[in-house]
Amino acid sequence: MSARLFTPVRAQLVARAVLWSMMSLALGILALVLWFVLRRGLAHIDWAFVSTAPLDSGRGGGIFPILVGTLEVTLLGVATAAPLGIGTAIYLAEYTKEGRLTRAIRFGSECLAGVPSIIIGLFGFVLFVTTLRLGWSILAGALTLALMTLPLVIRTSEEALKSVPTAYREVALSLGASKWQTMLGVVLPAALPGIFTGLILGLGRAIGETAALIFTAGSSLPHQLPRSLLDGTRTLSIHFYQLAREGISADHAYATAAVLVLAISFINLSSSFAMHRFMRRYG
Amino acid sequence: MRVADKTVERTLGLIALSSILVLVSITFFIFKEGAPFVYRIGLGNFFSTEWHPTAQRYGISYMIVGTAAVTAGALVFGVPLGIACAVVLGEMAGQTTRTLLKPAIEILAGIPSVVFGFIGISLVLPWIREHLGGPGASGLAGALILGVMILPTIIAISLDALRAVPRSYREASLAIGATEWQTIWRVVLPAARSGIVAAVILGIGRAVGETMAVVMVTGNAVQLPHSPLDPVRTLTANLALEMAYASGDHRAGLFATGIVLFVVIVGLNTIAALVRTRLARPARRRHRWRLTVAEQEPERIEPAVTP
Repeated sequence: MSARLFTPVRAQLVARAVLWSMMSLALGILALVLWFVLRRGLAHIDWAFVSTAPLDSGRGGGIFPILVGTLEVTLLGVATAAPLGIGTAIYLAEYTKEGRLTRAIRFGSECLAGVPSIIIGLFGFVLFVTTLRLGWSILAGALTLALMTLPLVIRTSEEALKSVPTAYREVALSLGASKWQTMLGVVLPAALPGIFTGLILGLGRAIGETAALIFTAGSSLPHQLPRSLLDGTRTLSIHFYQLAREGISADHAYATAAVLVLAISFINLSSSFAMHRFMRRYG
Repeated sequence: MRVADKTVERTLGLIALSSILVLVSITFFIFKEGAPFVYRIGLGNFFSTEWHPTAQRYGISYMIVGTAAVTAGALVFGVPLGIACAVVLGEMAGQTTRTLLKPAIEILAGIPSVVFGFIGISLVLPWIREHLGGPGASGLAGALILGVMILPTIIAISLDALRAVPRSYREASLAIGATEWQTIWRVVLPAARSGIVAAVILGIGRAVGETMAVVMVTGNAVQLPHSPLDPVRTLTANLALEMAYASGDHRAGLFATGIVLFVVIVGLNTIAALVRTRLARPARRRHRWRLTVAEQEPERIEPAVTP
């Protein structure tokens, strides 16, 4: 009886309906999140908001010094992660065969990617802020972010290197180039767009980071532009956290959130589109 | 100028060890700050139920309960939704729909945790207060928010697992008259199970480690929750809330909290890595007769020996 009722064709229909409605639910949640942030946020973003300093602990004014501080911390962080990540990727993709060592390196990188940002922040606090005496500073925050983005840079760079056809290497080697000359002159230039895209993706990750920066970059509100790398700064996401949690100013919180979400979405979408195109090139 | 290839290789090898080095030094520093303290007060005190730093009480078991409860709740929402999205994206949607839907998942993955926390404060908490009662800030709120936040992780890794299932499995199943759903349920999902299990484990890791959103919505009271509507404090929230002003034993106690968190996360990652490699093997052996030569990965051609 029940077998009659539940024919494979009906099961197929039911499964389709259920799965697609779950997909729609997830999309609906995303739409709700975006609508909620942008509806009120966009109304408060104007030129003055992005070009003036905050007043009265964020109730008035804009976010200009915070924007600059955020860019400094994240760019410096990604720039620090870049040589380490790209070097690791070259080693993994070009210099070794798969074996115990590569498995260990890959596991280390995957594990690092899984370590919660609060733990990385705790580590950054002990190592950079107190042991190396950098204080709450742009430099300490950037170094901490470098650790967070390292696994991503390794993975994307390795993918970029692997997408360069073997023939490129064979041609260079057959012309008498050494392995390193082949890398520097042929493989790296060919993989560069992909590697660069990976770095931009890392930047997107770094901008949204909060927990790792609270104890390393500091959270005091800057009223002027940071003058040295040892100045503390407050990044956009930390600024937003303070505004939202302390209930300082709803309008400014929404506007800051809108800036964050728009910037990160733009970075993620454009870089993953670019990555896709890069992978296609040699496919 | 020709740089000696051996030198380059050694240098790159050293750089490649950096991620392991970072992992080792994280372990070292966190244990150095927290482990002597745990040793001094004893495991019994450390895993007791009282957390009163002002009265020298450093028991974290209620926070472990809090983390476990919020994570479990997040899985209830996140796992079915995530796997369903992965199946739709990987098996059901056409090419055009897929290219439209994938950016949406990327946007979701990019939304910072503080923004999720803010949405929790402004939408979820008032809703819970009005419709379900209680203070609003609760384990349930944390679970709902985290359930959404682990979606991108679960979707991405499950999707990879589904994509790794050879096309011929589906073709064979469809060819003998199975419906699309039978093929997905009986053939594709079982073949991808190790990857999906890994996706869930990494989702757990993400939920356990999430901090900012959780701090903003769970209420952070150190207590044993009796219902999903009670406020809870998680291990991560404990660190984020008290680290800024802690010193001495209190600070060491927080680092000890960090040790617990770190050990759990590394454990989960290890299990996920093992599941992905170990579980995959017997499955492949069982189905070996189905694999054709063309599907086996072509061997990587190593460049000729340097002149």
